[in-house]
Parts: sequence; C-alpha cells; structure tokens
Amino acid sequence: MTEFASGTLTGKNLHLSFGHNHVLRGIDLHVEKGTTASVIGPSGSGKSTLLRVMNRLIEPDQGDILLDGRSVLKDNPDELRQRIGMVFQQFNLFPHKTVEENVSLALRKLRKLPREQARAEALQQLDLVGLKHKADSRPANLSGGQQQRVAIARALAMKPEVMFFDEATSALDPELVKGVLALMTDLAKGGMTMVVVTHEMGFSRNVSDNVTFMDAGVVVESGPPEQIFTAPRTERLRGFLSDVL
Amino acid sequence: MDLLDQLADTFFNWEEMAKVIPALLMVGLPNTLILAVASGVFGALLGLGLAMMGISRNAGARWVARIYTDIFRGLPAILVILVIGIGLSPIAREITGSRNPYPLGILALTLIAAAYIGEIFRSGIQSVEKGQLEASRALGFSYGSSMRLVVVPQGIRRVLPALVNQFISLLKDSSLVFMLGLAASDREIFRIGNDAMANTGNLSPLVAAGVLYLILTVPLTHFVNFIDHRLRTGKPEKKEPDELAAPIGKGAQA
Repeated sequence: MTEFASGTLTGKNLHLSFGHNHVLRGIDLHVEKGTTASVIGPSGSGKSTLLRVMNRLIEPDQGDILLDGRSVLKDNPDELRQRIGMVFQQFNLFPHKTVEENVSLALRKLRKLPREQARAEALQQLDLVGLKHKADSRPANLSGGQQQRVAIARALAMKPEVMFFDEATSALDPELVKGVLALMTDLAKGGMTMVVVTHEMGFSRNVSDNVTFMDAGVVVESGPPEQIFTAPRTERLRGFLSDVL
Repeated sequence: MDLLDQLADTFFNWEEMAKVIPALLMVGLPNTLILAVASGVFGALLGLGLAMMGISRNAGARWVARIYTDIFRGLPAILVILVIGIGLSPIAREITGSRNPYPLGILALTLIAAAYIGEIFRSGIQSVEKGQLEASRALGFSYGSSMRLVVVPQGIRRVLPALVNQFISLLKDSSLVFMLGLAASDREIFRIGNDAMANTGNLSPLVAAGVLYLILTVPLTHFVNFIDHRLRTGKPEKKEPDELAAPIGKGAQA
C-alpha cells in the first residue's frame, strides 16, 4: 500500500439531538495519526451518527472537532469532507456512472484534474482494490463485495487524511465480507488513520489500536482491544460482548 | 341512400382527405411540432426549477412552487390558453410588435406543462435514495453540485417514461391554441382539419387530422413502454463471481 497523508482526529464533548432525542451525549473520541479506532455497540447507540457528526454531514449541537490539533468547525464543511473519506454500509455508488467515473468524479470536479489524468488516477486506485478490469462496468453489474471495494477506492482517490467506515461489511453476503475486511486491514497496516464502526468483533479485536464501546449516546468504555475484549470493566460492555461473541 | 355509404362518405371521403393532406403535412405538422417541442423544452426547464424549489429547505420557495403547481394543474388547459393568449396580447404586441398570438400559445402551453413536469421531476428526484446525496456530500461536493451531478440525473432518468407521456399530452393540447385565432400559415393539425371540415361539410379532413395525431402519438406510447422496461431491467450484462476477493489484502489473516 502507498503512504497516506494521515492526520490525527479528535472529537471533544460532542452533543447532538434530533428534537427530544438526545442521540450523542458528550462523546470524546481521539484517533492518533496512522492508527485505527473501532467503535462498537448495540444498534441505535449513535455510532453511525457519530461518524456523520465528525465529518459534519450533521452539525453537532455542541463540542469540537479537531484535525491535527486544529478546530475544523469554522472551516467550509465541504472542504473538511474532502479530507475525510467515508465508506457506507450500502456502498452508495453512483449507479448512473461507470466504476471508473465513480472514482474519478471528485478528482475531476473538485480537484479539477483533466479527464485523462483523473481516469489514470482512478484506474490506479481501482488496481489497488483489485478491480481495474471492472473500470468500465456499471456498479449494478458488480457483486456487493466488489461494489464496496470500488467505494473504498472512490474515497481513497481523494487522498484523505482520515477514513470512516460505517458498518462497511454489514450489507454483504458472508462470503464477500472477507475481501473487504482484508482491504481495510491493509489500509490500517499501511498507516491510514481510520475510524471503523463495525459489528465485526474479529476485525475490531485484531486490527484496531483502540476500541470504543458506545451505548445510548455515551462512550461507556474505551481502550486497547485486549482490555476491551478480555477485561471489560463495565456490566454494559460485558453484556454486549456476551450477546455478540 | 344506403346508410353505410353515407357513413363511409362522412368519415372516409378519400377525395376530401387527399385535398387536406398537403396542408396537414406542410403546415399543420410543423406547427404542431413547434408548439409541442418548444413548450416541452421551456416547460422542462421551468419545471426543473419548480422541482428544485419544491424540495428546497427554504419554505418560501416551497410555497411558491406549491401554489404555482396547484393553479396551473388545477385549471383547464383551454382556460389558461385563452386567458394568457388574450390577456397578455397587449403586452406581447408592445414587445414583439406583432399581433400574432402564436408565441402566447407557446407561453400558455409552457406554463401548463411546467406544472406537470415540475411534479414529475420532483417525484423522480425524491425517489433517489438518501445515501446518494450523502455519499456525494461525503466526497466533499456541495449540496448544489451533489444535486446537479448525482441526484438530479438519476431522478430524471427514472421519470423519462412520465416525461414522454407529458410530451404526448402536449402534442394533443397544442390543438387548443386554435382558440386564439391563428394566421393561415400558423395553423396546427387540428385547426387545418377543422377548417377543411367547415368548408366542405365533410368530416373526413378531421379524420385525416386524427390519423396524423395517432401517427405521432402511438409510436411515442410504445417508446414509453420500451424505455420503462429498459429502465426496470437494465441492459443485460453478465455478472461474474467475486473471484478477486480472496487474493487481495492478505492482511486479514494477521
């Protein structure tokens, strides 16, 4: 894998409410440059919302977000999101565009690269995820696993400083999960800063440097994977682990 | 006289039809197409604006779109054509220096078409999964760019059948501008058939006009079915198994 222009990402005391529903209740999350933080917890605990708040797809009601130690809340949110790649559970590839166009769109329109150069860079990214030969196919003609790898290539093409994965393997057939997890593992080992919301406890335990357990909008426990998985301190984490493992 | 012969002469007098066909093809057909295509194109542009206003986060914009759509969808086409065609003719005369009601006919058809097309676009755009906008915004595109590059193109593709249906309506409704009293060279298909009928007292010219409308609209309805089918099933392309999932990224076993 190539070297990444990784950055350090910090969320401080993040709060968010939808009406009376207090979804995030003071979340702190610190992801050191080049490390992988995984976020686990029951559905509805606010994990996915936390990702969307940290790249400002949803603006937090309170708290601060720092990239390399500098608050980004006053930046243009579109420019912030160019620095943070995101991969979704449902892939969300653009079905009206070819695989290559999916990857090169932001390069052409945001990075303003000429078409040929954008295509060359897109093909290079697709090669990294093993799908260069699918460059001119439509997403609908790819398997779920292939689509998700294209989505990862699309995010990586923007040379992000941080990558977010929002349950990236949850919508995949079991036999396709492995290829996507392998790619994510390569990225993590290659020094990409990553925040991974996941139900894959194996990945969380074996690949991430830090695990955060969330429940009902708060961080219940956070620490290195050995501690979280072998010596949980709270009853809630113990209960969660016994449910999922 | 035999009743059947009388009916045949009323509807299918070939001689009267033959007389009107040159005017139908040389004058009526181009005018009908100009009225329908011009109001279709302008209506689509205005309709797209209405659709964007209709889904806007700005409540004022939504209201304007809502009220516009309610009015122009709720009124009979003939009433709009008369009100616009007669009511605006002094202004049109000021601007164009001519008494020709033809541009006002296009305007009236445009205003009606925009109300329907706006609703078609809006439903299409709203049918695009939320994840598409989210993915585009996550890449760093602004709301406007995301709509333009990702959401709207998909929405429009989905409503192509409805748009063609709307164009068929326009082809037929363009006949209503005859109410404004057009110059001989501006007459569309219906007016030419109608004038010939009035002059000869025989219905056959109107039947010929009807046949010409069907020649235009029937292929279009079948075209709608074709693109509708194609949109639902897509172009056939072979799927391959995820053969490359395994070899890449050996790190998973770590």
